[in-house]
Amino acid sequence: MHPLLKTLLQNAGLVAALLVALVVWILAPWYVLLAAALAVALWMMLSHGGRQAASVSQVGISTLGQRLGASSVVVIGIAGVVAVLVALLSMAEGYRQTVGGTGDATSAIVLRGGSVAEVMSTLDRATISTVVQAPQIARSADGRPLASPELVVAATLPLRGGAPGEDGSVQVRGVGDMAFQVRPKLRIVEGRMFETGKRELVVGKGARKQFAGLDPGQPVRLGSDTWQVVGAFEAGDATDSEIWADAEVVATTYRRGSTRASITARLTDPGAFAAFKAGLDADPRTQVEVSTTLDYFAKQSEGMSKVLRVIGIVVGSIMAVGAVFGALNTMFATVAARAREIATLRAIGFRGLPVVVAVMLETMLLALLGGLLGGAIAWLLFDGYGASTLAGGVGQTTFEFRVTPTLLWGGLKWALAIGFVGGLFPAVRAAQLPVTTALRAG
Amino acid sequence: MKYLHLVWAALMRRKTRTALTVASIVAAFLLFGLLDGIRVAFAQLGKNADGAQRLQTTSRLSFIETLPKALGKRIELVDNIEAVTYASWFGGTYQGPRNQIFSFAVAPNYLDLYPEIEVSQAERDAFASTRTGILVGEKLMQRFDWEVGDRIPLQSSIFPNSDGSMNWSFDIVGVLRNRAGKQGGFNDQMLLMHYDYYAESTPYVDNEVGWYVSRVSDVRRADRAAKAIDALSANSPHETRTMTEGAAIAFQLKQMADIGMIVSAIMGAVFFTLLLLTGNTMAQAVRERTSELAVLKTIGFSSPSVLMLVLAESMVLVVFGGVLGLGLAAAASAVLNLVAGDMIRLPGIEWRSWLLGLGLMAAIGLVVGALPALRAMRLNIVDALAGR
Repeated sequence: MHPLLKTLLQNAGLVAALLVALVVWILAPWYVLLAAALAVALWMMLSHGGRQAASVSQVGISTLGQRLGASSVVVIGIAGVVAVLVALLSMAEGYRQTVGGTGDATSAIVLRGGSVAEVMSTLDRATISTVVQAPQIARSADGRPLASPELVVAATLPLRGGAPGEDGSVQVRGVGDMAFQVRPKLRIVEGRMFETGKRELVVGKGARKQFAGLDPGQPVRLGSDTWQVVGAFEAGDATDSEIWADAEVVATTYRRGSTRASITARLTDPGAFAAFKAGLDADPRTQVEVSTTLDYFAKQSEGMSKVLRVIGIVVGSIMAVGAVFGALNTMFATVAARAREIATLRAIGFRGLPVVVAVMLETMLLALLGGLLGGAIAWLLFDGYGASTLAGGVGQTTFEFRVTPTLLWGGLKWALAIGFVGGLFPAVRAAQLPVTTALRAG
Repeated sequence: MKYLHLVWAALMRRKTRTALTVASIVAAFLLFGLLDGIRVAFAQLGKNADGAQRLQTTSRLSFIETLPKALGKRIELVDNIEAVTYASWFGGTYQGPRNQIFSFAVAPNYLDLYPEIEVSQAERDAFASTRTGILVGEKLMQRFDWEVGDRIPLQSSIFPNSDGSMNWSFDIVGVLRNRAGKQGGFNDQMLLMHYDYYAESTPYVDNEVGWYVSRVSDVRRADRAAKAIDALSANSPHETRTMTEGAAIAFQLKQMADIGMIVSAIMGAVFFTLLLLTGNTMAQAVRERTSELAVLKTIGFSSPSVLMLVLAESMVLVVFGGVLGLGLAAAASAVLNLVAGDMIRLPGIEWRSWLLGLGLMAAIGLVVGALPALRAMRLNIVDALAGR
């Protein structure tokens, strides 16, 4: 066979093997990977070839310090990829956790038929009184149904720390006294509850951070009226981005009459939802859209977190390709610099495989360092970083970036994959370099 | 450049290394092209010459609140205002809530204020004379395979029809196109219907409109006109906020996400990594050639010209990779738009991105080449030839 054709075929085989390895790598759960790592370690300790590989690796790794500049390029390059990837994915994750984690399976939300979000919905008085009488709704100690008809409107407020005239949009929720009982997670953390019939507001933790002047005791202008902030609440979910006031006062201010946007109801048990929905769907007096709050908020967060995840993966992939080329460059240079040393080893009887393994191990070690560094940077800079976006149609939803262990593990996997690709070709080249040529080199 | 062949020879010395370095530069500029295309497209929305002439008046309470229809007559009387039109958000969806459509119910004179939208006179007449007629953007027509003359069902996610259901049907009477050479944002993806038909059919519209658009005759006094419009309804239940169209769009986008901030953060990380990778390659290349550079100096090349040689080498490397990457980004966004249909719409690479990209390439080439080039310039011939 023509030697050029042979190299070509070999390289094609190598690329195919690489692709298979990468797919396995991405799909395999951690214990398979741990088992593989253990197998390699055992091989290195027990077999003859393995021991050779171990000693070659030892030499390579102990001389890493002499190639500090070049090695740190691999580490920092991979760290950059991992940091950007993890940061972008942590944004998607934080958003999903905040909005998607708002509801639960034992409460339901009722909107007007055909509405996908609360702002687009209006329920009239008759519908509201029919819905709250449903037998599947849990009741309070004094026998009233745990159902809260609520009004949602948007208000324009100046942003905290923004330039004059720089405003944002906040979701104002008009509620009655049942609103707190259907949301057990929510509690007032500062000040007091608003009084019925007064222009008073309680503000969510996130909204307070986002907008200027939303501190208890402060007056706030919404449109042409002045309101008084009297308290702050916290729920740990998307509700934190809202400000709450008495439903009747909001309805008057925003000219909504006796209509409401939605009803949130606590059900007697999770199994009651099917019957609740079926009952309302069958009732000719009501035309409503019923879902559990869990489903409703999961659906609200779905689109945006998917977009964010796709952006993260696309950007990460392109950067990873760049980093692979960087790693290849560095490792080819390393192999070239150590050509004579490697040739000597092979001249005195070391086989090709231990040399390949040694170069691979060295790159993977650098990649591991890069992955850890990148993950650490993302975690230090971005975990808990506050962001906000327009969501659910009207209000800015504040959320925090969440660098979770799963994301860090994913980042590490990417780093090792980059190291694997970046090390494989130089390693094979090191093993294939004709001994005589290499000995004359340098 | 009479020494171009020298630079070329230096680059070809280790072909693998040069190819790999170029490849990582290509990846970085591919990313830059894609991201900056998005940034520029967002920054440009509403910033065309026609947009500067228009003021948008919305409720100060929030952008979903409506304004009284009577306000339009009073805005017309404001100094510097030439023409006033209004529109309302319809919230249309087609075949289920997944396909949201930018659909507005507009006043009869709406198109007069948007000269960048092209509609043939015959189609305008047909729109004026058909109660249930709609004008549909070119891209939207393609997306759903509609044709002029079709009768299409739409659901409103906000407004019920006169029969109490959310189902509406409309007749397509014409197509909205961007006038040649104008960047118009979403003009070719929206749908316009008659305000009168909409307002008479739905029980929820009580002589209220979503927002007003007015054209000023003197752009320089636009701010004063905006203040005068807001003064009309100060301290009423319908306080307004008026700003130029460009400012209004920027204001909306900023709430979606700070695109500029995200893009610059990513690009910062990318270019930092790139600087490091390419810088390392250049340092290596110069270290390897120490003796050759010494020979060059021996045969009479001056120190500055050796400096220029090395700098030129890094510039060529970065600019070549960068142009390739930006070209790839342009091709990629074109292909993506073709394949993805209308799910994703990436803007092409604008000349602004090319300009910024070329500037970045030059800067990176300089920074990356600077240290090795200085080293080459200061090379002591005797030491270098002796291999010290």
